[in-house]
Amino acid sequence: MTLVKTKIGRRSFIRTSALAGGGMMVGFSWLASCKMTPEEVNSLPKEWFDINGFLKIGDNGLVTIMSPNPEIGQNVKTAMPMIVADELDVDWKNVIVEQAPLNLDVFQRQLAGGSQSIRAGWEGLRMAGATARKMLRQAAAKAWEVPLEEVTTSNGTLYHKASNKSAGYGEMASAAVGVASPNDPPENIEVPEEVELKDINDFTIIGTDRLNVDGPKIVTGKPLFGIDVQEEGMLTAMIVHPEAFGQTFKSMDAESIKSMPGIIDVFPVDVYPEGVEKQWSDGGGIPQLVAIVGESTWQCMQAKKALKVEWESPSNLESTESYEDDLAKLLDAPAKEPARSDGDFNKAIKGAAKVIERTYSAPFLAHNTMEPMNFFANVTADKAEVKGPIQTPEFLEKTLSSVLGLPIDKIDVGMTRMGGGFGRRLYGHFGVEAAVISKKVQAPIKLVYTREDDMTQGTYRPAYKVRFKAGLDKDNNLIAWSVKGVGTNDDLVFENRFPAGAVDNYLAEKTSLQTKITTGAWRAPRSNFMAGAEQSFMDEVAELAGKDPIEFRLELFDRAIKDPVGPPEKNDYDPERYAGVLKLVKEKANWDGLDNGKARGVSAYYCHNSYVAQVLDLTMDGNKPMVEKVVCAVDCGIVINPISAKNQIEGGIIDGIGHATYSQMTFENGVPQQQNFDSYHLIRNSEAPKQIESYFVDNGIDPTGLGEPSLPPVIGALANAMYKATGKRVYNQPFILEKEIVG
Amino acid sequence: MAAFSLKINGTQHEINVDPTTPMLWVLRDHLHMVGTKYGCGIAQCGACTIHLGDNAVRSCQLPVSSVGDQEITTIEGLSENGDHPVQKAWLEVDVPQCGYCQAGQIMTASALLKKNPNPSDTEIENAMNGNICRCGTYTRIRKAIKMAANTNQNS
Ligand code: FES
Ligand code: FES
Repeated sequence: MTLVKTKIGRRSFIRTSALAGGGMMVGFSWLASCKMTPEEVNSLPKEWFDINGFLKIGDNGLVTIMSPNPEIGQNVKTAMPMIVADELDVDWKNVIVEQAPLNLDVFQRQLAGGSQSIRAGWEGLRMAGATARKMLRQAAAKAWEVPLEEVTTSNGTLYHKASNKSAGYGEMASAAVGVASPNDPPENIEVPEEVELKDINDFTIIGTDRLNVDGPKIVTGKPLFGIDVQEEGMLTAMIVHPEAFGQTFKSMDAESIKSMPGIIDVFPVDVYPEGVEKQWSDGGGIPQLVAIVGESTWQCMQAKKALKVEWESPSNLESTESYEDDLAKLLDAPAKEPARSDGDFNKAIKGAAKVIERTYSAPFLAHNTMEPMNFFANVTADKAEVKGPIQTPEFLEKTLSSVLGLPIDKIDVGMTRMGGGFGRRLYGHFGVEAAVISKKVQAPIKLVYTREDDMTQGTYRPAYKVRFKAGLDKDNNLIAWSVKGVGTNDDLVFENRFPAGAVDNYLAEKTSLQTKITTGAWRAPRSNFMAGAEQSFMDEVAELAGKDPIEFRLELFDRAIKDPVGPPEKNDYDPERYAGVLKLVKEKANWDGLDNGKARGVSAYYCHNSYVAQVLDLTMDGNKPMVEKVVCAVDCGIVINPISAKNQIEGGIIDGIGHATYSQMTFENGVPQQQNFDSYHLIRNSEAPKQIESYFVDNGIDPTGLGEPSLPPVIGALANAMYKATGKRVYNQPFILEKEIVG
Repeated sequence: MAAFSLKINGTQHEINVDPTTPMLWVLRDHLHMVGTKYGCGIAQCGACTIHLGDNAVRSCQLPVSSVGDQEITTIEGLSENGDHPVQKAWLEVDVPQCGYCQAGQIMTASALLKKNPNPSDTEIENAMNGNICRCGTYTRIRKAIKMAANTNQNS
């Protein structure tokens, strides 16, 4: 048991229902409310009592827990309430989960990104549950006139053992919020200044498998997603955007579609007019568009095809060839200041017995969330209601305030479940577009992108190139390592990551190329390319040194543990935890013992505060890797929900293998050459690994992210296994196009 | 505009729409049955899969005018209480991540099992290849289909 002050998120513990003079029957969220089974209705309490912003308890003991963060498929909507419920000490069966509204007075960091929801929310969520539990105990102590210390809880019931008294949470809930205090006159229960948190060994919900709380709605097709929103009088809106990056609006023939059935309006839209205060989340999308508003989606789609728009082209439209050349030149040009330099790399490399240099590249990628961008907006003269799939609701609200000229408290941003995020919905321009269109037509609208709109509007994973160089001494010790990375609108290199700190002479350089093709964060930004390149290179260096690839890495971690180069706090990884996952995967994959006739590759990487190591087995079918099995070891501290954590790991692995093998966005004169899934190859069922096994390091450390960390390293494990199978190294993604790999 | 009478999930629906309208949009926009999802509009992703008779079809490529009196089943009507063996297996295996593709996956899987109650690994992969899951739940999808196949055989 740990005693903590309740200062974090203190405002979330200010009770509201007491002011209302009684428990509030708070309706279910708009999406969930449509169809409830009779059992669901019958089991609902007559009254709900708001204990704090995170939870309310019904008079029958049912508990509603708010999930504060946006849900993009990372399953925080199950995991975050599990943490609250465990500290509250209730039966998970009696918990209902609701998506919280955007309310920064109560919740902190209502954002989905960087795999940080659980890590950043951990303490506040525990405290919300623990505080509520203490208030219930205080209420019981008062009612029973016994000392607080003697009131215990178990599974939603309060006990006083000595007097043999017990009461369900539901019976004490009203007293806990002070609306029906058994004392006369009614007395409020103090919000505790200090609460006890459970010992991690006493968790009963955290660390156990709990099924996705939205699972039953997902498998029966209930409305959950932004694209499912239906409102009274709602119209459909679609956009037409320039064909090529860099083009701007010139003119259009609106009359050509105005008479088409169901078409109500067509007009150019300037999404961010002069003087608008933009947030960091406003980087994506194309700011000059044409909007079409109609009665139904199909009618708008027809009009979209028929509409003639002319766009102004700049002289220098970009193509894949041109940025490839520019990136290569940038890589060859001398860099300015190094990002990090330890020892003397240049001198060491001159004196090295063996030297190796390799260059790796990867193309632009689209996010391609299965649910295309969309948003509902209803903007009137004095307020705006918007809702939809957004990873950054707080920032969308701020931007809308500036664009619409409305105060924040007149803007209501609702979060729907998202059909995938991968970073794409950090950039909320589609929410702004929806609001601007609704304001113009003075009607509630739902903006929906076609797949083609979604795939061709930018905000891509940047294109990258990286060059590594390493030197070994005559005893095959790694004495020098350099990394130089370039990317479009992004400078790629994490200079303080491994092997920084493990090599005496280390040099990291980075620079970026500005392109008209827009870029943004894509699942595990930078790491999604760096890990594969670095871990492929590491494999080649180990081979050059004549060492087993796992032993070679472990030696380096050993160096970073015992005698780190530079100040250890500069290195942003913990070498013991890094080595830990590598040792675990070595054991679980039977690295030394097994000869299953498959080609094997290994890889390890650290990002988003978590450590992952993988061993991958494959065979080749022509130049197509057929992955038989991936064994994955993860150190993300305490695992909240293992069944779902494994799902994230499996998804990241399949995502990494898929994109590195098959996917790319290419351009000709600024025009994206892949516009839908017929030309953009996303990994499919038969191309996914046959088997994935995940293992966790059990160390009781506070939990860290899982939505991203399994993706980056698997690309290295894949490339290394492909080399084993073919005798040829792969350097350029997508690997399927690398000509010479067929061995 | 033309009038159509469609039998969907056992209920007759009368609608008046442009005959070229794909069933996907008839379901979503006109009948407000939004379980069937839009993903690509060109029969590449499978998110819009429904049953036409016993066959899994892509509703984004199925004009309302071509349906005639064939019966349509959507995810909303696959079972009365969400307890079709495939739905149950999907829950037990905890397949969904974002969940967006899953209605389509379930409709393809249930049509497969109706025709082939005990599919091999390869038959499962081939049948499911038209359904993209961007979140990468493929290994769980295969596992859930096997589980549902087993329940079917044991019952
Ligand atoms: S929406 Fe029909 S197959 Fe993609
Ligand atoms: S679960 Fe997200 S696309 Fe399949």
